[in-house]
Amino acid sequence: MSLLEIDDLTVTYRTAGGPVPAVRGLSLDLPAGQKLGVAGESGCGKSTVALALLRLLPTTATVSGRILFEGEDVLSMTWGRLRAVRWAGASIIFQGAMHSLNAVHRIGAQIAEPILLHESVTQAEADLRVTELLTQVGLPPDRARAYPHELSGGQRQRVMIAMALACNPRLIVADEPTTALDVMVQAQILRLIEELVRDHDISLMIISHDLAVLADTCDRLAVMYAGRVVEQGPARQVFEAASHPYSAALSGAFPRIGDPASRLQPRGLAGDPPDPAELPTGCSFHPRCPSALDICSHVDPELWPAGESEAACVLVLPDQGASLAEEAIR
Amino acid sequence: MTTAEVLSPRRMAWIRRWRTVTRVWREFRRNRAGVVGLVLLVGACLLALAAPLFISEMELSVTRAPGPFVASPSWDYPLGTDKFGRSVLDLIWQGSRVSLTVGFLATFMSVFLGTVIGIASGHYRGWVESVLMRFTDWVLVLPTLVLAVSLVVVLGRGIGTIIIAIGVTAWPVTARLVRAQTLAVESRPFIERSRALGGGHWHVMSRHVLPNVMPIVLARTTLLVAATIIAESTLSFLGLGDPSLISWGSTLQEARDAGATSAGLWWWIVPPGIAIALVALAFTMVGRALEQVYNPRLRERL
Repeated sequence: MSLLEIDDLTVTYRTAGGPVPAVRGLSLDLPAGQKLGVAGESGCGKSTVALALLRLLPTTATVSGRILFEGEDVLSMTWGRLRAVRWAGASIIFQGAMHSLNAVHRIGAQIAEPILLHESVTQAEADLRVTELLTQVGLPPDRARAYPHELSGGQRQRVMIAMALACNPRLIVADEPTTALDVMVQAQILRLIEELVRDHDISLMIISHDLAVLADTCDRLAVMYAGRVVEQGPARQVFEAASHPYSAALSGAFPRIGDPASRLQPRGLAGDPPDPAELPTGCSFHPRCPSALDICSHVDPELWPAGESEAACVLVLPDQGASLAEEAIR
Repeated sequence: MTTAEVLSPRRMAWIRRWRTVTRVWREFRRNRAGVVGLVLLVGACLLALAAPLFISEMELSVTRAPGPFVASPSWDYPLGTDKFGRSVLDLIWQGSRVSLTVGFLATFMSVFLGTVIGIASGHYRGWVESVLMRFTDWVLVLPTLVLAVSLVVVLGRGIGTIIIAIGVTAWPVTARLVRAQTLAVESRPFIERSRALGGGHWHVMSRHVLPNVMPIVLARTTLLVAATIIAESTLSFLGLGDPSLISWGSTLQEARDAGATSAGLWWWIVPPGIAIALVALAFTMVGRALEQVYNPRLRERL
């Protein structure tokens, strides 16, 4: 059984300008012990998915579909059960550690917070666990007495990781865990997350815009565009031999070391991500797609097997989607 | 570590509490203005408590007071006397009892109400917020004096009525300020984190919102103490208090009625004002110092 199974998840925000679909029929699957990367541009709905997992979305969001965590539907859980699953079952490493820490509490107290909430332990036992956790993430235990502003960006992110581990969760969702960090610290933090997840046998879901980082860390990759998965498969294949033009553009956006061609001619992607309130007809990527066909503005393909992975593009359909094209014309 | 295992958890908890107290005190002591304010406040309270030991009832009597009428300061009467021959120093001393009681209790009551209502409406949003805020607006537009007069009719005259009247009319401004700050704090990511941790409403409000709105609450408290002491004088003046009780407000009011300002009787009208200002100032200094103790970022700048 999968640890996490998202089935046809739809999230729509109610705004003054009408409903805005942020996630449109997303399905993902995360077997226990695996590492899944979710990639995509800003605004493609990847953070919304992370928040939906623990039902943390604001009340303006309408959520439908199913999110099965260890076989239980998160969306229909009672409030008490939900609070128990939050952090003890699945925890989150938030982006922007500075703002995710409360400036008026010492970090030791903040790491102990979930322990005291979920387990009937004394403060002394919790303090002991905090010491242990800080050592695990490579911080000296006496930093427990520091306030968030006294730490560097990398140290704060380590505190967030210690906090995520505090209640021995089965799943950790890392939402852009390295965004605000410089490249060296980024690598350290990713290695640390990888190691801890492996040692504690925790499943991991990393959300990032950086396909290269994800390909390096994860077993499987899912590429999101405009609230949908457009390609998913083994990390290496998605990164190096993408089937969907969007994944190809995303992986091409990072220059590769040792490949002068990519440096001299960095491939980017023209245009901006689509406005979720006014999505283009057909395949939502077709206005920016370098290899768009005429039928792309009419048909919106489902995920289709393409080698070891799956992609939602007419180019991977058998006969280049000839049958779909006929249907569209009819 | 070995000692920690020997000690019982309860004893550990007490040791920790004691450490917190000593830590707060150590940090508070570093702020000299705060210490001065605290000394002033404690001094004022002790003097107020000790007043009956030094001042006899006769000295405060309107008919049997021994001094000359409206005399300027002298050796016997360091702050002069009022129109009944009572020593102004004794009036201030005795008056501090009522003024400090009303000032502290009414302020505490209104700040407490305002903070609870402000945080609740900022946290829960939706219909809870609508109901609480409309209620706040309604109290805000109620004329304080009219409400106080009606309260006296219902509850009877006395110092308790004055405290309640001030307490239930002064909170809406606090509630609005605290709500605004709560909304700002609630939109910060650490609130999302604390919800993701599995924290309930009470946890989020008490652990994360309250410490972050505390500076505003403290600032409001220091301002309110002076305001309530003056409000007490207004209400006493209208005859809603106990006329036999002496307070700083009533002394000020009597001096004004007797034309102390135009007659140049400064020793009668200035001291009660200075007393009010001193207490308000002491409160401000203590409030600022507490803010520095509880806000680690301000502490760094010291």
